[in-house]
Amino acid sequence: MIDSIAGTNLLTLDGVSRRAIVEVLDHAETFAEVNTRAVRKVPTLKGKVVASLFFEESTRTRLSFETAAKRLSADVLSLAVASSSVKKGESLHDTIATIDALGIDAVVMRHSSSGAAVQVSRFVPHVRVINAGDGQHQHPTQGLLDAFTVRTALAERHGTRGVETGSELFDGLRVLIVGDVRHSRVARSDALCYSTLGATVRVCAPGTLLPDDVSSWPVEVSSDFEESLQWADVVGLLRLQRERGSGSFVPTLREFTATHGLTWERALSLAPTTLIMHPGPMNRGVELDSRVTSLPNVMIERQVASGVPVRMSVLYLALAGTREESTGE
Amino acid sequence: MSETVLIRGGSVVTRHGLVRGDVIVADGRVSELGEVLDAPAGATVIDADGAWVGPGFVDLHAHLREPGREEAETIESGAAAAALGGYTAILAMPNTEPTIDSTALATYVIERGRRAVIDVVPTGAITVGRLGTQMAPIAEMAEIGVRLFTDDGTGVQDPSMMRRALTYAKPLGVRLAQHCEDEALAALGSMNEGALSSRLGLLGRPALAEELMVIRDVELVRLTGGAMHFLHLSTARSLQMVALAKAEGLNVTCEVAPHHFTLDEELCASFDPLFKVHPPLRGVSDVVALRSALLGSVIDAVATDHAPHAEQLKELPFDEAPPGMLGLEHAAALTHEALGADQPVRLFELLSRGPAAVAQLRAEDHPRISGEHGGVLEVGSHANIVVFDPQVSWRVDARQLASRSTNTPYEGREMRGRVRATIVAGHVVVANEELQ
Repeated sequence: MIDSIAGTNLLTLDGVSRRAIVEVLDHAETFAEVNTRAVRKVPTLKGKVVASLFFEESTRTRLSFETAAKRLSADVLSLAVASSSVKKGESLHDTIATIDALGIDAVVMRHSSSGAAVQVSRFVPHVRVINAGDGQHQHPTQGLLDAFTVRTALAERHGTRGVETGSELFDGLRVLIVGDVRHSRVARSDALCYSTLGATVRVCAPGTLLPDDVSSWPVEVSSDFEESLQWADVVGLLRLQRERGSGSFVPTLREFTATHGLTWERALSLAPTTLIMHPGPMNRGVELDSRVTSLPNVMIERQVASGVPVRMSVLYLALAGTREESTGE
Repeated sequence: MSETVLIRGGSVVTRHGLVRGDVIVADGRVSELGEVLDAPAGATVIDADGAWVGPGFVDLHAHLREPGREEAETIESGAAAAALGGYTAILAMPNTEPTIDSTALATYVIERGRRAVIDVVPTGAITVGRLGTQMAPIAEMAEIGVRLFTDDGTGVQDPSMMRRALTYAKPLGVRLAQHCEDEALAALGSMNEGALSSRLGLLGRPALAEELMVIRDVELVRLTGGAMHFLHLSTARSLQMVALAKAEGLNVTCEVAPHHFTLDEELCASFDPLFKVHPPLRGVSDVVALRSALLGSVIDAVATDHAPHAEQLKELPFDEAPPGMLGLEHAAALTHEALGADQPVRLFELLSRGPAAVAQLRAEDHPRISGEHGGVLEVGSHANIVVFDPQVSWRVDARQLASRSTNTPYEGREMRGRVRATIVAGHVVVANEELQ
């Protein structure tokens, strides 16, 4: 069990403890306050160099990480390798060695292959590696920012601040994850994050879009979507990963929407307190009806906003924090 | 010029057990066997004290990469690695670039093999270019000494093509060897399918992909009366199906690879492509089943599936990296370890006699090799001999391997048992654990 991510890589949420997650969320809350100031910048990582290395396009995650790094006063090397000379067939070792030669302290990395960030972390042990999504494996900061969004929203409802609540708002919280669980790194990180924090996690998907061995996940599986919607306190929708061939795992998109989409009728049937989440980018009309996004309990924009403070927290802990400081108190 | 060699103080492995004795080799043959023999004048003396002396090992499954990918391995370097592993003959897999699918290319392998320190025997593809659409000239290749045909790398997917090839090969007296994986089920996967692949987000190659192909080809053998060798079987159920086919008297043989009875899928959690191989490393229960089956009668041979890859290819992301790992220099020690207590007779069956029979290397008149492999050591037999020390411990160091590549999954692992000497056609090619 990793009891603090201070001074370490963040490659997966598998094996990251409740205490370590709460630590990230608590620091994120402090940084969220920075983002409301007139000058949205702190000198925490002045002099540090953060490389953002996106082998797979992702405008929003890259912008979120780069904004986070800049608000911490780090220098950012932004390498959009997806559109550069790096292509399928280039050794990860060669790529990271080239970038490391420029002098970097951390690398934020997105790749279409599962495990690529784990491999890179072995090639540059002196650099902190933050996984910004690898294949169908993990997207740890998405898991953390989703938990942060939920904690903040629930704390507001209770008239308190998330930092006062630790993980207690997750005790017994019922989280439903719906859709293309099979191909989703977000689902893997979310399920681990919520369940580690104490929530009960349920997944609901067409049989073909469940992972091959979902029984080994820390979740329950339901085939009754309607009942699950009424059961849930939080409904997390997933993007149908059509680029990973998900289209062939269901007969038609229309049928997927009919059986597992958050249609307008289903959205209206939810309790008014049920939080609706989506990691983006959305397939409007597939996972959810376009009209749903205007409902008051839809968290989608708040998830995006949470990305910056949560990633500031992760970069701060990985680079500025040390294990001694954070565990010695 | 031929050498005279005295192998002194070892235990000679016979079909029934160990017999203490010295062996003298002269003019490429065993010239004398006896409890204590004097060294003939000018003889090279090999100390076999505490070691097993038996017929040289035979590998049914070596990817030597020549022609086409000489950066990773050549026939010469692969043969050197094999000699250190105790092999006196190896079969070169045909999935080179270009594919060995003609007499011209098989002849190229034979000619390059003449420079190698051990016997290198070509295998041929079943279909042209391993594309699965048109039969390769099996009869012509058989004519120049090819005895085993395979599209290994992938299997022959089309059942009607496999049926036709079995029927065609049958009267030629040659055997087809199948890489058992149904690509429709396995194609995109890069590790064993199961809870772990699901957690790691890697697409799986299910055991079913292998087992369905075994079932299919057992039935095709039944239908055609042909002869089939199953390559690198990796699951308990695959072995059960081969056992049933053998019990029925069908002409099937099979091999297992050391990595499948030594390593399990958990290693893939490191995302290190060193552990990527097809068929994939399986779960612990299959590993245990394979190990215990080594002692039974289903498995005909341990074969390495030695698959060198240039270093940069194993630095690709896991799903993009090519499958395969080194094997020739570790297989004997790993088989010895897997057999548990000292089992010299079974060890030599699995590494020498069994594979030699599958490859038909026992024929006295095989045109392309230096005499018999996998036979019995007796006066007059061809001197293809290995001296294996079952006790010595050593540690794997990739940089010390004779292979041109370093993609061993056993780096740093402690091994028990090592080849002390290898003699091919009466010539000492390895002594004191080193190439001569």
